[in-house]
Amino acid sequence: MEHMGVEPERIQFSWISSAESTKFVDVVKDVTATIKKLGPNKHFVKQGDLKC
Amino acid sequence: MLGYIDQIKTISAKLLTQGKVDMVIGFRQGSVPMMNVPCMVKNPADLDKLVWDGHCGINLANYVIDRKEKIGIVAKGCDSRNLVNLMIENKIKREQLVIIGVPCKGMLDYRKIESNIVEEKENAQVLVKSGDHEELLERAALLQDNCSICIHHNPVIYDELVGTLVEEQELDRYAQVKKVEALSIADKWDYFETLLNPCIRCYACRNACPLCFCPTCFVDEDKPQWVGKGEDPTDARTFHFLRAYHCAGRCTDCGACVRACPMGIDVRAFTLKLEKDCFELWGWESGLSLDQRPALDVFKPDDPQDFIK
Repeated sequence: MEHMGVEPERIQFSWISSAESTKFVDVVKDVTATIKKLGPNKHFVKQGDLKC
Repeated sequence: MLGYIDQIKTISAKLLTQGKVDMVIGFRQGSVPMMNVPCMVKNPADLDKLVWDGHCGINLANYVIDRKEKIGIVAKGCDSRNLVNLMIENKIKREQLVIIGVPCKGMLDYRKIESNIVEEKENAQVLVKSGDHEELLERAALLQDNCSICIHHNPVIYDELVGTLVEEQELDRYAQVKKVEALSIADKWDYFETLLNPCIRCYACRNACPLCFCPTCFVDEDKPQWVGKGEDPTDARTFHFLRAYHCAGRCTDCGACVRACPMGIDVRAFTLKLEKDCFELWGWESGLSLDQRPALDVFKPDDPQDFIK
């Protein structure tokens, strides 16, 4: 996806066991913070949708 | 190259008359110049239709999918690799096929030749004619892009061989991909945006591709409808992105998609990157051996996993 011009931060992978609740929370917080900083992804929004 | 067709006909006649195959899949002249089309011959009397020259760029492996007959198939390097793929993916059985291997010398790119009259000559040259002019050109300069960086001209699997095996070249296959990799994220997006701009969503690339054999393609489904049906750039992009991923670790870079595209889009810009990744991450090249499971079908403890946080 990065090769095709989608910001690499938008796609993240993590391996979390069901026992690792704190890691889960940390990862979710981290992901949301990164994505919020990037702002909405305009690349895959149709032109028509932007008007309404 | 010039003498191949006589051998193809002799081998095909033998297979058909001995009843070893029900039909032979090869090429015949198309209705427009430089566009040979697939031809299925069931009767030895029809073998005269078959041709072999630099315009046989279509991937014939596409035509054996799910067939029940015994088939003799003329296979270049890339065709043979796709046949291997199809056998691994259970779309055809090895015992159904008699593979007539043809060591390929590269196919001519009809877009690089601005004339309709082209003759193959000796010494890897082609004679290109126009109304009042004719010129002998080197084949190497007129090859399809994928053929000029091909490192598997020889069929990887065959029962009968036409001619003699050719020497394989050694080169950096991914120079083009590296250029795109060097761009910034925004420039990469623009690069693919410009690349896909002419796309009319005719799906010729998908139809020409021997990897695309889903009974219903995701773009044709309407419950749920994954992607819009129109010419909206977002939908065209989604189609190409997803199709590329479906080809990951399977594409043999046969160039059938590019050849089929009526708008001249270099569809390989997507697949070649995935091919590069498969090669660099797992040393994987698709369709080389029946004993190897596909790249995305195996797991090793030492697989690269830096992307997992």
